[in-house]
Amino acid sequence: MEVPILKQGLYLIASIQAALSDLDLVHLRDALAEKVGKFRARGVIVDVTVLDVMDSFASRTLRDLAHMTRLRGAETVIVGIQPEVAFAMVQLGLTLEGVDTALDLEEGLAFLDKKTKRHPSRG
Amino acid sequence: MGDQRAKRNEDKGQGVSPAREMPPPDDVSTVSLLRELVAHLRKNRTQLREEWARRITAAKLLGAMTSEEMFAEATSVYDNYVEVLETGAVEALQAYARDLSERIIPRGVETDEVVGIVLLLRDVLARSLFAKYQTDFQLLNRILDAYEPAANRIANTVAVGFVQERERIIRQQQEAIRELSTPVLQVRERLLILPIIGVIDSQRARQLTEQLLRGIRTNRAKVVVIDITGVAAMDATVANHLVQTVEASRLLGATVIVTGLSPEIAQTLVTIGVDLGKMNTVGDLQGGIEEAERLLGYKVAPFSEISQQPI
Amino acid sequence: MANEAVVTINTDADVVAARQKGRELATELGFVSTDSTLLATAISELARNIIRYAKHGEILIALVQSGDRVGITVVARDKGPGIANISLAMQDGFSTSGGLGLGLPGVKRLMDEFHLVSDANTGTTVTIKKWKR
Repeated sequence: MEVPILKQGLYLIASIQAALSDLDLVHLRDALAEKVGKFRARGVIVDVTVLDVMDSFASRTLRDLAHMTRLRGAETVIVGIQPEVAFAMVQLGLTLEGVDTALDLEEGLAFLDKKTKRHPSRG
Repeated sequence: MGDQRAKRNEDKGQGVSPAREMPPPDDVSTVSLLRELVAHLRKNRTQLREEWARRITAAKLLGAMTSEEMFAEATSVYDNYVEVLETGAVEALQAYARDLSERIIPRGVETDEVVGIVLLLRDVLARSLFAKYQTDFQLLNRILDAYEPAANRIANTVAVGFVQERERIIRQQQEAIRELSTPVLQVRERLLILPIIGVIDSQRARQLTEQLLRGIRTNRAKVVVIDITGVAAMDATVANHLVQTVEASRLLGATVIVTGLSPEIAQTLVTIGVDLGKMNTVGDLQGGIEEAERLLGYKVAPFSEISQQPI
Repeated sequence: MANEAVVTINTDADVVAARQKGRELATELGFVSTDSTLLATAISELARNIIRYAKHGEILIALVQSGDRVGITVVARDKGPGIANISLAMQDGFSTSGGLGLGLPGVKRLMDEFHLVSDANTGTTVTIKKWKR
């Protein structure tokens, strides 16, 4: 199932609507990486509010995503991790280290605004 | 589960079989005997119930109830009792026992009272059987053979149901106490303070983490100050919970400042491999709050201008 | 849903199926949402281990009772190569891993009970239990 990716100014926003299979997640990662290059986006928001489980695969894929987008000049922020999902994740040792996170879409946008303003010239 | 009950019963010296199910009557005569005895108990319902109620009062049981309440419950128990004798279906009795317990435990009824009244009922019914069949000793014996195991099983079911309900309530209360004893405080917009006082064990630590994470989401907090000045010592497991709390909070977009870290606890953290340089720590709560405000962008201006604007 | 379910694990889709079954049973039993999530996450990890190291296996999810407590037990079984060094696999690096390795110490932390049997001949069986609060 494809995740809709919206363009908002210089940002791309991916809102996950339902539980994703591994393949869906990988497709999302690749789609975002491609679109960052295509639209020269400066920021990416992935909204995982709907995900009720984040396991090692999801964690790894999101980290890969952040890495890939950064290589293409965009910052990625993951938003909407549920309290209990966060709890389970850290117990498993999945900390999404190196990946920025924010509470929700609103916070994510504020975060990107601040972060992208710090580096106004990005090629 | 049946085996566990059997074990418990052996320990009590009751020697009855598991209360989970009543074995089907093994021959036609037992079935018809039970039917006969149930008919007798139903026919004499009114006076047997009254006799029982009288005995309960005489034994000073169920003092916490008014006599109307007591009579109403006695009626329900009596009818349930006879029904179980007839059908052998213990589930209905278990359900009733739990329901009854839920109602009377808050009223202060104790276990010995519940066991007491059921045993009194057993006795009242047994005596009425003696009275009825006294002329035929053999028949009386067979009636008692049918009655006794069933009656004992009922007493057991009610008592166990009562105790289990108590235990469930106690667990619930413990959980509530744990939750109450550590409030998550919102002192400013986007800033939460979690003062931890006293002894923390692993279970409490988990609960704190859950409460805090929910609080971050509800209050949309961006900074959390966890003050552990009031915590004397922490073992490695609990220290790890603290680290996990910091990490989980970050996943929700909140920064954690830990204040009141004693040298001992700092040592424990280092021992479990925490890089204290990466953890945001400040000496005391006051300092932590100031740091939090700084992070949130509050400006504390001199007298001439008063502006406190969050970013 | 019945009190027991077996999910064969062959593909990634089975991982999702297994954890959803676990969540279903937990919800039915009235587990609090947090514990439901912990259980589903643990099942997800165990299922992934099966695929990664043994290719095939199965996960049994069942209701369990002890006295008046109810809980869920999960048995993740495979006939794979087994874990060479169990104590190493169970070594708790606490929050240092980034989702590497088997994640077994993490799974143990998520659950109330944890039991592991593994050798090259018979494969690996991980049994975990979570009680309802």
